[in-house]
Amino acid sequence: MNPKFSFDDNSMKVQLCGEIDHHTAKTIREMTDQLIQQKRPKELRLDFSQVSFMDSSGIGLIMGRYRIMSLYGGYLKVVRVPEGLEKMMILSGLGSLNIIERREEPHDCQQ
Amino acid sequence: MTVSNEMNLSFESRSCNEAFARSAVSAFIAQLDPTIGELNEIRTAVSEAVTNCVVHAYRSTIGIIRINVKLTSDNAAIIRIHDNGVGIENISQAMEPLFTTASAEERTGLGFAVMQSFTDAVHVRSKPQKGTTVTLKKTLSRRFSHA
Repeated sequence: MNPKFSFDDNSMKVQLCGEIDHHTAKTIREMTDQLIQQKRPKELRLDFSQVSFMDSSGIGLIMGRYRIMSLYGGYLKVVRVPEGLEKMMILSGLGSLNIIERREEPHDCQQ
Repeated sequence: MTVSNEMNLSFESRSCNEAFARSAVSAFIAQLDPTIGELNEIRTAVSEAVTNCVVHAYRSTIGIIRINVKLTSDNAAIIRIHDNGVGIENISQAMEPLFTTASAEERTGLGFAVMQSFTDAVHVRSKPQKGTTVTLKKTLSRRFSHA
């Protein structure tokens, strides 16, 4: 399922939906990077609240966007990570980058 | 330990089949009445193994990936993922966390680490130019005692 993008001041939000694997990560990556280059946001927020499955491709997606945002002088936040994905996030060592933010009001995924 | 049920699956190494493979395996294993967490861990481990076949074993070609799942009388699932791709020269290096030969595609090198962390045992057999077989074993908790 394709991500939804929204903008607020210097912040770009990506609402991710469904399953993130090697196959779906490619589309998400391409769409997101194109918009980052166009809009050059200061902050990129990856919202995982509607993600039902993620393998290590999701970690690659986060790490890659972290690098791009750093390169452009911005920063990345990973928000609203469901419980089921926490084990993967911890295993990856992403916790030490201090980019995972939790708790925010619920938001429905529009298809 | 005896095998109580078994299934075989074979499909092309297209990335769109990654979701199919993990869903099919988890649907078969569902009959052991796993917890949602256990099923999710199996789905994730299978997804990593199948992605390795797509990304590494067959690279820019399309080959056949075979999956065999055995359910055993002691409530375990044994999942074998087999390809006839390029094989792995150095298995212990390939299994090191963060080692990857595909960093350009944002592969993290976490595939085997995830398989190891999400299952009870991972076994890899490989021959260069012949192919690779990854065997995952996971024993599921018995939530209800069957009379």
